[in-house]
Amino acid sequence: MATSIIELDKVECGYGEHTVLKDISFTVDEPGYICVIGPNGVGKSTLIRVITGLIDVKSGTVRINDKPLSDYSRKEQARIIGYVPVMSSDFNIMSVLDTVLIGRYVRQKWRTTQADIDVAYKALRAMEIEGLANKRFNELSAGQRQKVSLARGLIQEPQILMLDEPTANLDVRHQIYVSSFLKELASRTSMTVFTVSHDLNLAAKYADTVVVMKKPGILYGIGTPKEMITKEMIEEVYEVDCDITDDRGTPHVVLQEVLGREEYRTAI
Amino acid sequence: MANRFITEAVDAWVADDVDFSEEMTEYRHNTMLKELFIAICVIAAFLVAGWTLTIGDYPIGFFHSYEVLWNHLTGSITDSTEDFIIWRVRTPRIFTGLLAGFGLAVCGAVMQSILKNPLADAYTTGVSSGASFGATLAIALGVSIAGAGGYALVANAFVFSLIPVLVIVTVAKMRGASPTTMIMAGIAVMYIFNATTTFIKLGVSDATLGALFDWSVGSLDNSSWRQVEIMAVFVVSGYIVIQLMGRKLNVLSTGDESARAMGVDSNTLRTICMLIVSLIAASIVSFTGLIGFVGLVCPHITRLVIGSDNRFLIPASAMFGAALLLGSDLVGRVIIAPEVIPVGVITSFIGGPMFLWLIIKQKREVWRRPS
Repeated sequence: MATSIIELDKVECGYGEHTVLKDISFTVDEPGYICVIGPNGVGKSTLIRVITGLIDVKSGTVRINDKPLSDYSRKEQARIIGYVPVMSSDFNIMSVLDTVLIGRYVRQKWRTTQADIDVAYKALRAMEIEGLANKRFNELSAGQRQKVSLARGLIQEPQILMLDEPTANLDVRHQIYVSSFLKELASRTSMTVFTVSHDLNLAAKYADTVVVMKKPGILYGIGTPKEMITKEMIEEVYEVDCDITDDRGTPHVVLQEVLGREEYRTAI
Repeated sequence: MANRFITEAVDAWVADDVDFSEEMTEYRHNTMLKELFIAICVIAAFLVAGWTLTIGDYPIGFFHSYEVLWNHLTGSITDSTEDFIIWRVRTPRIFTGLLAGFGLAVCGAVMQSILKNPLADAYTTGVSSGASFGATLAIALGVSIAGAGGYALVANAFVFSLIPVLVIVTVAKMRGASPTTMIMAGIAVMYIFNATTTFIKLGVSDATLGALFDWSVGSLDNSSWRQVEIMAVFVVSGYIVIQLMGRKLNVLSTGDESARAMGVDSNTLRTICMLIVSLIAASIVSFTGLIGFVGLVCPHITRLVIGSDNRFLIPASAMFGAALLLGSDLVGRVIIAPEVIPVGVITSFIGGPMFLWLIIKQKREVWRRPS
């Protein structure tokens, strides 16, 4: 039995000469809903990419189930970690069902089987888009496309599902639905759901663990929403004045004024 | 604690006792429609081939042509003149047409998919311009890379058509293999080759200019079994490899990062596909000259009819391309008979307006970003 699911040990990475993440170390020991928060440009998406193996570390180690990520073959890795980017860049006029079925690539044989159809329809149903199954993907709205991408992430049935802003294009009803579905899914299965979000209140309400990133690409802290989402953190990391109220046991952020420091303007 | 609504949704997701057999039947039905489209194209190609067999000075009927062909294949030749005409003269032309249409459409379908660009085909990636330059060198200056006589031109066209591909792949490797980088590199090379070809043409005689013109319009007139054999090796083997990568190409359509997360290295896949389809295109263009629009239009129409699942799109485009090119050749030979209009002219005449109509009427815009 693995002692940790995700472990980052002094990870540094970036693009070309530019280093985005500096000296990041944390461990995720139990399955659950993990949410990364932080202002623009601190490397939240880069963090997801480096754990998914989409970019290489410059130094340090990423371990998945106690084994260095670099020791996994691409196929093995794809079976363990699923990834849904922030914006679908799909380029097709397939049906929604066929688009979702692409996610079975790591498990499917050449022909689509009843088992593939079962899991695809379960995912469509889970994302409340079963009615769109035979509609063409290119006719969908941005929000519908996002749900198709999420369904495709689900049908990979990975141990770790990495989601870059999974609710970015969704209305409030669907933001709450998707967030609470993912939380419930993580708590009832052995899946670890690792997301990036800009919505502090969604993170506070649904995440089991919150990872806070701050400039210049360093870790501010990791802990429960109550531990991490505090007035001090928001003032220091986001440079925004706020009040924190209690929402049935979880913190609720009421944002106030920008604490406009000159250097913040140029940081984004 | 999640509310009942969410609990039920997760219950439904984790449940094993689901019955989606009706949905499976519907899925099979939709798959069958795609296969039906392929079958219709195969039949159309078969019928056009039969009709093409009857075209020529020596009158041989539609069914009788197939009979002569059958007799040849089974070794029971009854009329040696008819056998010579059908087997030696007319059949190579048909196979050249079928293979050229098939291969050019595969190139278009694959290039459009991997480069995510509706205009990608053998022309816009510079493959045709490279071939044109090679042919010009052979015809105008008698300069040949390899071979002599009739094959000097083919060898030249083939070798030079691979230069744009090498440039594309090299540039992509240096700058990161983004689809846009690849197509821009192709267009840049196309301009360079076109300018050089035009420059060479400035200094040649009228007779040479005529020969260059004949090559550039694209025709099936000089078909032979030898040519069919060479084309078949590239087109068929290339197609088989591409077809086996159909699912990988579907994964690539989800975007480079998603594809990589699903275990598909997009850069490598794109480079391998580019090399294969360029070899296919080069083997065709070197023999037939420039035949436009088949590679552009066939994948487009097919995509609109059966969707963009590459497992079906590639064979369907290929069979559609085979039927369309051979059909265009037939039209070119009967429309003002006994004069023959080169097939490249006909495909452009048919393809151009068809393409315009598609652009105007097309509602299902695959290249559109969501609003």
